[in-house]
Amino acid sequence: MEIFELTALELGAALKKGEVALQDVLSQTQDRIYTCQEENNAFISITKPDLAPTIGDSLLAGVPMALKDNICTKGVKTSCASKILGDFIPPYNASIVEKLIAAGAISMGKLNMDEFAMGSTSETSFYGPVRNPWDLSRVSGGSSGGAAAAVAAGEVWYAIGSDTGGSIRQPAAYCGVTGMKPTYGTVSRYGLIAYASSLDQMGPVARSAADCAAVLDIIQGKDPYDATSLSGCYGNLLSSLSGDVKGLRIGLPTDCFGEGLDPEVRQAVLDVAQVLKSRGAIVEEFSLPIMEYVVPAYYIIACAEASSNLSRFDGVKYGWRAENYEDLTDLYTKTRSEGFGSEVKRRILLGTFVLSTGYYDAYYKKALQVKFIIKTAYDDAFQKYDMLLTPVTPATAPQLGESLSDPLKMYLSDIYTVPLNLAGLPGISIPCGFDSNGMPIGAQLIGPALGDSVILNAAHSYQLETDFHKKTLHRKGGTSA
Amino acid sequence: MKITTEMVDYISALARLQVDEGEKEAVTAELERIVSYMDRLNELDTNEIEALSHVFPIKNIMRPDKIAPSFSRELLLQNSPGGDEEAFLVPKAVD
Repeated sequence: MEIFELTALELGAALKKGEVALQDVLSQTQDRIYTCQEENNAFISITKPDLAPTIGDSLLAGVPMALKDNICTKGVKTSCASKILGDFIPPYNASIVEKLIAAGAISMGKLNMDEFAMGSTSETSFYGPVRNPWDLSRVSGGSSGGAAAAVAAGEVWYAIGSDTGGSIRQPAAYCGVTGMKPTYGTVSRYGLIAYASSLDQMGPVARSAADCAAVLDIIQGKDPYDATSLSGCYGNLLSSLSGDVKGLRIGLPTDCFGEGLDPEVRQAVLDVAQVLKSRGAIVEEFSLPIMEYVVPAYYIIACAEASSNLSRFDGVKYGWRAENYEDLTDLYTKTRSEGFGSEVKRRILLGTFVLSTGYYDAYYKKALQVKFIIKTAYDDAFQKYDMLLTPVTPATAPQLGESLSDPLKMYLSDIYTVPLNLAGLPGISIPCGFDSNGMPIGAQLIGPALGDSVILNAAHSYQLETDFHKKTLHRKGGTSA
Repeated sequence: MKITTEMVDYISALARLQVDEGEKEAVTAELERIVSYMDRLNELDTNEIEALSHVFPIKNIMRPDKIAPSFSRELLLQNSPGGDEEAFLVPKAVD
């Protein structure tokens, strides 16, 4: 068996037993990354890994991984896929990077993404679009498109992405891998370059729910550098995976299976319910009549926070600076106008508008009130159900270039993923089939706040019964099956 | 909601972004389309509803006031596109 066919946990175990040598794993991985990079452009920076002298105790010690390029890495360029950050080299590591290093993780580099994580296709990157390993004419999804593509192509065994409105779950669905956004606050955001701080959360992209649990066990936890991080969230996730879903109450919101959903996606997701039912879960439909308000509320709040967070990029303290400015204001304006791409500028303008005098109450405050209504609707649902099941996306991965011409249409495709960020809930995207074009379909399992183990266990249970998550493992890389 | 080119001028100045004359009409129309979609929230009655800024009820996170090492000035200035050895440099801001 080739090492690329192993899961992260399997490779970790093989390294520990001495069945494979770390040096061989790293050289084969580097070769594969360079080969795939020409096809899918998943990386922005490929780094030479630091060799650990020995394999540590952690289950994932020595397993090659990679980080989305909005996560600060000491001494390694961190660009957010934007021109404006230039050759920014962070003087510190994000807290999760410190935790990963302590667990013996080996980073192979920094992954491509939508500029500042704003986009649903990873096409807004200054470094060119990411291509879907299943079909290079299609997008990988976004914004953590590089993370999903690199895992799908077998370039790394897991990756860390960030999810503000679906940016881990949606590319995972498009690329046929497993991706999880944990409960808000369970993973420190220190060192994640902020898009919308109240919604941003980092999490794993990997080949299986068990791998995601192992990664979360490493990166979760209270951090004094992130005041919003929570303490004592949950115990060891990996050891809690029994695969037993007997009596688990699963709610299917009918509002997520109606108009606008591709019939092939609908059927594949409903089939997930059948598999879990056959393993003892209780599945019931219910109404969640807030879905038509989640996208407008999300984009108002996300853009408002982005306009504030991105004000720090002004060509003074770090990053790129425009030439030929007249005075200080001109320096700011020229640097920002030339340094940001069009989608980022659009969101900054929208955010500035909804926060401006005269419109703040009508838009920003209104959206925060709707956020309360949305959160309450989910709280009510979790009075009755242990977990919810929905699609991740209305359709499978579109062709490159199709989405950028109509930003509103692109925003609307985030309908199933954004409410979790508004309500702070955990969600996992698992591969559950293929459409008639051979493109992967994803299903989303949603848990109550801090119910991360519930959805991981249900996803694990599903993956014990099915092999969609293993389909990528037999691929040689890129488009060749 | 009607968005005018004057409003685009105003918010782009606030955001320190320049919208080129040739793009202004298109940017205005696009913002209007998106903002009009956002107006859908007006269908919901939110009188008496709390504005929820944070999903968990946490506030005033305190830590002990202890001195800890900070980054060196040299290290931080290395990333500045217009710094010298001691400071971030910008055009004269006050006459």
